Amino acid sequence: MSMLKFLGKRLALSLFVLFGLSILIFTISRILPGDPVRMALGSRAPQWAVDNLREQMHLNDPLYAQYYYWLTGAVRGDLGQSLFTRRAVIEDVREFLPATMELALSAGVIMAVFGILLGAVSGRYSNTWIDNSVRIFSYIGIVTPSFVFAILFLLLFGYVLNVLPTMGRLSPWIARPPVITGMVSLDALLSGNFAAFGDAIRHLILPAVSLALGGMAQEARITRSTISDNLRKDYIASAKGFGVPERLVMFKYLLKPSLIPTVSILGLDFASLIGNAFLVELIFNWPGFSRYGIHAMLNKDLNAVSAVVMVLGVIFIIVNILVDLIVAWLDPRIRLGAERGK
Amino acid sequence: MGETLLEIGNLHVEFKVYEGRLRVLNGVNLSVQVGERVGLVGEAGCGKTTTMKCVLKILTSPPGKITEGKILLHDKDVLTMGSQEMQRVRGHGISMIFQDPTAALNPVFTVGDQLMSVIKYGSKGSLSKKEIKKRAIGTLREVRLPDPERIFTNYPVQLSGGMRQRVCIAMALSTEPELLLADEPTTSLDVTIQDQVLRLLNELVERHGTSVIFITHSLGVVREMADRVYVMYAGNIIEGARKEELFANWLHPYTLGLMNALPKLTGGGIAEGIPGRIPEYLDPPSGCRFHPRCPRAMQQCSQSIPPVVHAADDHDVACFLYRGETDE
Ligand SMILES: Nc1ncnc2c1ncn2[C@@H]1O[C@H](COP(=O)(O)OP(=O)(O)O)[C@@H](O)[C@H]1O
Ligand code: SF4
Ligand SMILES: [Mg+2]
Repeated sequence: MSMLKFLGKRLALSLFVLFGLSILIFTISRILPGDPVRMALGSRAPQWAVDNLREQMHLNDPLYAQYYYWLTGAVRGDLGQSLFTRRAVIEDVREFLPATMELALSAGVIMAVFGILLGAVSGRYSNTWIDNSVRIFSYIGIVTPSFVFAILFLLLFGYVLNVLPTMGRLSPWIARPPVITGMVSLDALLSGNFAAFGDAIRHLILPAVSLALGGMAQEARITRSTISDNLRKDYIASAKGFGVPERLVMFKYLLKPSLIPTVSILGLDFASLIGNAFLVELIFNWPGFSRYGIHAMLNKDLNAVSAVVMVLGVIFIIVNILVDLIVAWLDPRIRLGAERGK
Repeated sequence: MGETLLEIGNLHVEFKVYEGRLRVLNGVNLSVQVGERVGLVGEAGCGKTTTMKCVLKILTSPPGKITEGKILLHDKDVLTMGSQEMQRVRGHGISMIFQDPTAALNPVFTVGDQLMSVIKYGSKGSLSKKEIKKRAIGTLREVRLPDPERIFTNYPVQLSGGMRQRVCIAMALSTEPELLLADEPTTSLDVTIQDQVLRLLNELVERHGTSVIFITHSLGVVREMADRVYVMYAGNIIEGARKEELFANWLHPYTLGLMNALPKLTGGGIAEGIPGRIPEYLDPPSGCRFHPRCPRAMQQCSQSIPPVVHAADDHDVACFLYRGETDE
């Protein structure tokens, strides 16, 4: 049950990190030059309107007071108002985040499953043509930014072959399923609307795959090297030597120890995947959170910027804790270390 | 003489590496009678482990490859066996204890999980899960591990080196093998417990009547444990005899070197007694591979390979200094 303690400590630490992050982003966004209110209202808005809005947003108060207002709101779930959409930032988050999560989670699953699969096959048959093809793919995947894949796929599958949709999350003639999670494909599935589910998945394929390829290549490379290293370990020779069937040796005694480094990297790759999502969302006209975030930053939409950063912070923390839990489950050395020590 | 259990004949193994082919095993000949305890001695890198891995067909390939030879188990060649037949040999036919128990145990599975797999797939006949577990705990007790029920649930990282090797011994004996390959079972252990583990192993082997190939690089250990001794050098068995015969009338110049080093040895390196090092396998010396180090080398030694001859009753040697009947 020390695992629970481990988890508790991680959560407590995370709160600290989030607190620090909020101060940092709050300060930075407000120190940067340029008047956000003027930017929001436009250069032709009368001065009194600007003054009014500044007053209303507490922008004339000292920084610490502003932060105090923001923090007391935030703990109640109120992240303030957006200067642009003129509604509660939390509403915007609710609208845009699920789209990005749908994209990122799909890409994450594709990245993990295919990356591990390719890497495992490549490591098992190292220095054969299979391995060489996977390695070439890995190099291409690692050096190519995801927006290049996105543009290539858009042209190839969207225009030349015209087999997959390239715009948005759902075809216009399909009614949007009721919002449950905000992820269209999942909502369609939950409400039993399979036509909409199929359509949503078709819309997901190109952006999700373009986003996944880089990380997938990374996962494949790491899995390959661990698998081919571990294949030479005595514990594999030993298991075979005792007559344990080849398939059990491969899928149990080889795979489990070989996944540890891959899972640790998966967490990092998932984080950069969300970062990369911006251009991919732009290219496929995906109404997501990354686009919202970039827009907020370019326009100094103060509360929106803080909200975006905090939400991403929370996501990264969750992903990291998940990764730590999976690694601890895979590797008793870490688990026992955590139980014994700190 | 009893029935022959294992006969390795003219075994050649190569490793393909970046620089080229390592010609490691260079015609290994070795046999084990039923019930016999065989000691295999030779300095590190001479190919002992490689030979043993060939017997179980667990040599990692690539890079390893058996290019020639036969390995007969009860007159059936292991090397031509299909996977079904091999499955029956592994475990209850032949089992192996590795040099380094830390490397031989899977770090992410419990002792119990691994031991149960070994018993399930390595034993004769099929056992129920309950029987398997019972036998697993039983063997852990037999190797005198304290609190076997707890150790069953432990991961290797929770055990000391000596305990890990006991677990490996338990695994190897749990399948009740006919032949046990014990590859330097104490080399990686703390000196203070080496003796203990050796004695335990010897006792268990005697009790079960298991035939053994006991690898070590110490002649001292062989003197205590073996009925027959083989001496290996750079991929060849260069001398083999019954223990009493060998210690009384050793013939090969390399064995002489080992004997001279004997008093100094407590499991350390053999090479101290003999100047020079084991040769490179990429481009091994021609003829007798020992000739660059041999104090008695003659001209023909570098030109042709000395054949194995019966120099005395039940005493084989591969060296031009000795004449006798050849095998072929
Ligand atoms: N996996 C491998 N790859 C390349 N060379 C190897 C490999 N395993 C063994 N060798 C070669 O075979 C030689 C003998 O190794 P080994 O059988 O482990 O010797 P020993 O057990 O007698 O110490 C080593 O010196 C090394 O050159
Ligand atoms: S064959 Fe020649 S080199 Fe080899 S051990 Fe005998 S005397 Fe020495
Ligand atoms: Mg060895």
